[in-house]
Amino acid sequence: MEWETVIGLEIHAQLATKSKIFSGASTAFGAAPNTQACAVDLGLPGVLPVLNREVVRMATKFGLAINATVAERSVFARKNYFYPDLPKGYQISQYELPIVAHGHIDIELEDGTTKRIGVTRAHLEEDAGKSLHEDFHGMTGIDLNRAGTPLLEIVSEPDMRSAQEAVAYMKRIHELVRYIEICDGNMQEGSFRCDANVSVRPKGQKEFGTRAELKNINSFRFVEKAIDYEVERQIALIESGGKVVQETRLYDPDRDETRSMRAKEEANDYRYFPDPDLLPVVIEPSFIEAVRATLPELPEARRRRFVSEYGLSNYDADFLTASRPLADYYEDVVKSVGAEAKLCANWVMGDLSANLNRDGKEITDSPVSTEQLAGMIRRILDNTISGKIAKEVFEAMWNGEGDADAVIDKKGLRQITDSGAIEKIIDDILAANPDNVAAYRSGKDKLFGFFVGQAMKATQGKANPQQLNDLLKKKLSG
Amino acid sequence: MHNKTLAELSAGLTAGAFSSVELTRHFLERIARFDGQLNSFITVSVESALAQAAAADARRSRGEAGPLTGIPLAQKDIFCTNGVRTSCASKMLDSFVAPYDATVVAQCNAAGMVMLGKTNMDEFAMGSSNETSFYGPVKNPWDTAAVPGGSSGGSAAAVAARLAPAATGTDTGGSIRQPAALCGISGIKPTYGRVSRYGMIAFASSLDQAGPMARTAEDCALLLGAMAGFDPRDSTSVERSVPDYRAALGQDLKGLKIGLPQEYFGAGLDPAVGAAVDAAIDEYRRLGAEVVEISLPNTGLAVPTYYVVAPAECSSNLSRMDGVRFGYRCENPKDLEDLYKRSRGEGFGAEVKRRIMIGTYALSAGYYDAYYLKAQQMRQLISDDFKRAFEQVDVIMGPTSPTVAFNIGEKTADPVAMYLADVYTIAANLAGLPGMSIPAGFVGNRPVGLQLIGNYFDEARLLNVAHQYQQVTDWHQRMPQGFE
Amino acid sequence: MALERKDVENIAHLARLAISEADIPEYARNLSNILALVEQMSAVDTAGVHPMAHPLDATQRLREDAVTETDQRDHFQAIAPAVEAGLYLVPKVIE
Repeated sequence: MEWETVIGLEIHAQLATKSKIFSGASTAFGAAPNTQACAVDLGLPGVLPVLNREVVRMATKFGLAINATVAERSVFARKNYFYPDLPKGYQISQYELPIVAHGHIDIELEDGTTKRIGVTRAHLEEDAGKSLHEDFHGMTGIDLNRAGTPLLEIVSEPDMRSAQEAVAYMKRIHELVRYIEICDGNMQEGSFRCDANVSVRPKGQKEFGTRAELKNINSFRFVEKAIDYEVERQIALIESGGKVVQETRLYDPDRDETRSMRAKEEANDYRYFPDPDLLPVVIEPSFIEAVRATLPELPEARRRRFVSEYGLSNYDADFLTASRPLADYYEDVVKSVGAEAKLCANWVMGDLSANLNRDGKEITDSPVSTEQLAGMIRRILDNTISGKIAKEVFEAMWNGEGDADAVIDKKGLRQITDSGAIEKIIDDILAANPDNVAAYRSGKDKLFGFFVGQAMKATQGKANPQQLNDLLKKKLSG
Repeated sequence: MHNKTLAELSAGLTAGAFSSVELTRHFLERIARFDGQLNSFITVSVESALAQAAAADARRSRGEAGPLTGIPLAQKDIFCTNGVRTSCASKMLDSFVAPYDATVVAQCNAAGMVMLGKTNMDEFAMGSSNETSFYGPVKNPWDTAAVPGGSSGGSAAAVAARLAPAATGTDTGGSIRQPAALCGISGIKPTYGRVSRYGMIAFASSLDQAGPMARTAEDCALLLGAMAGFDPRDSTSVERSVPDYRAALGQDLKGLKIGLPQEYFGAGLDPAVGAAVDAAIDEYRRLGAEVVEISLPNTGLAVPTYYVVAPAECSSNLSRMDGVRFGYRCENPKDLEDLYKRSRGEGFGAEVKRRIMIGTYALSAGYYDAYYLKAQQMRQLISDDFKRAFEQVDVIMGPTSPTVAFNIGEKTADPVAMYLADVYTIAANLAGLPGMSIPAGFVGNRPVGLQLIGNYFDEARLLNVAHQYQQVTDWHQRMPQGFE
Repeated sequence: MALERKDVENIAHLARLAISEADIPEYARNLSNILALVEQMSAVDTAGVHPMAHPLDATQRLREDAVTETDQRDHFQAIAPAVEAGLYLVPKVIE
């Protein structure tokens, strides 16, 4: 039988606020345990939540970015369950009336076509703390620093049909939340997490199969592997006469398998009800418009523009729009140079990205400014330096030796374009190598490279390559 | 000194007739002498009280005293007090010393008031008789065989017996008004949102409201002025300026329209209580008020509605009492579930557990619509009843409680009978309206309370209407015997 | 609705309350009586009535996004039943 996979994702994006969703405690990552858990986060008796304005703004921004409806009125509810990392015994979340509903985002498939993935809803909620399982005399330690960190839970429609599509969707959302600056996207620190609902059905069948919820997948690679494993497990199970049960399964990256979370098997009854400590969140149209005005050009639109306006390939456009600071950097360079968008792209994607990678730096911390890079590219275009020498100039700029003109002057890298000077050098080389000249003239074309090498050596690479080639050819044939 | 009102004590302090330290010592001595009979305090904070009193005297000598500076009061043990145990009358919080002050406490402190201690109450404010306290029942100073009412029974008994000139209370379904009535004192539950709930241990968040309990309406006006106000830490606190409640007290009542809901005078009302209330209404007629009969048709459903809303909210509010970060933790839990179940099972008393279970049930899958949603709809209907009534009248009056104080132990076996004792007070909480109870006579030796319900944020009028009555009656000046 | 022993056990489990075997019949009786009281609501037709969650028709106020709290761990943990290395301790959590 041929099977079809059905996947829906629930993505938890931590919103990049300074303080928590309902308290004034810091959200900074990595502090000593429980030093960023205030009375509200600890759920001490008598304390009350007050909503952070910034989370409303960020959720609204996200809603607008995925063409969703931003609810005029949304309501916080309590999700009641007991767990040690949940201090109040309930999580404040949104249930019946989420802040964002009915949006979508497009993904690109391998065959180059695009597919629209629906976003059912995105709602605000508070994160839980962390249980530390290293052994404290048979006890578990609880750190509540993370408790109360704002989360946007983004729930997709079950629109994806393969692990690859799921990863493509997750990447698009990941790119978007960073682009609109509502989440830092740091997956190692858990700022961007994902649960996947996975089911299979015989191809052609309308009804969905029974789904399993995969938890704890914290990288793009693991999403793909976890889903692939789970799909195979479900198909094998059904084909051998078994039945998929609706359950939560944990992905174990060490063993590359999913396993049932039996400890949580008991039926959950979350007893949702509107949180009486919080009032309905009302968003005025003027607020929405003010947020809309702050929306940057979104990655999809920017990608299309890079192709049409700068003549870049899809690959280049994709690469350069992967993050907003990178795309901004690139555009600044292009604007400054005023031409040769492709050459600019090559430098940003080539040496610059390689150096950033090598030194573990973000584009925002690049030692070479957009002005410096543009200045250097201008010197390539006006033949002051060759592309090859430019690499040396770039390294010097990277190491803080000043802008391109200063480096060129200081190191004497200016290209030799004086035909007389180049001719003189060629004459000297030909005179010193009579045997090779004879051999070349008798048909050993390959020796041309030898003469170029000698000339470049003599000029420390500064001879204008095109001029050198032309003159050398003329002299050798003469 | 202990028979003086807050206004008189304030005048005495200003005139230098006595110092705050003297005043505080006087009340501390009275507590030491008499509270053994009443059990109205859970904690008496002698040292911090004397320190606060000395600080108040110093503040006065610097010329920085306000009207309440140096005046002692008792705080209901539901308000978190930094450094002084806050038990909520529960074994669960027997060892709980809050690391912060409730806003109400902070505001009383800022006014320079002196906290004598923390008063007894029903456990987590769940009760109408003060019999659910982990620290034992409070006795009614008028008759120690009787309950003082609840849940703010300790505050009411302490004020009635002159162990404190005033006290704070909280009212979720009548917990200020009913004990005020049963102990013969005055108490007002303000409009929901008028007084901050921050640091007040939550019972039912959409119903809870703190207010003052004192002997006179004027004293309630003074204390409410200090308690009320916007608090940015409480999302349900209202951004609205606090009027000078004392300024309006003197207004006469000519032309005041009083509504008497027929449903508050029907079956279930003790005729002797009814007669006392009728006499009080007659007094208002003599003061120039116009009395009309009105109807609040859904009155009978207030108690059923309340016993869904309040338990549902409390079942969730009390989940944080889990033995992990504070409070009672059972001995040697064998696993996590055991830790939760035994800490909570052993830490909570029977009434609290009943309400948590009712609330859990009402919110659980399959029952939400029939119970919780239905109750919210009922709440709307009850609220609409009042809205219509206040198109006709300025204030609604009736009995606070259908009977005078009942005997200790009389209703403990039957929770439902106990719940029905709150039939007249609960609706104001469901609607969020301000309500007040003032002394209006006796049946035998047990006081009767007259209830006044006002429109939203009409506390000043309620206090005015109550004050005018107290200018022509002396019920509020009566003192129980045996506490001189 | 009259609650059976099993209902009481289920509710007590959901609410994480240890209830002694001997007390279950009394809980069942009392809770059933309370539910009978509550069910008087069903006499009223509430079709189309907007559910009221709050006494006041107000909307949520928003706080500025600023860090206003400082570390008070020692103060907060002074009242905790069991802590070590700044962590709250609970019996082992099995995932």
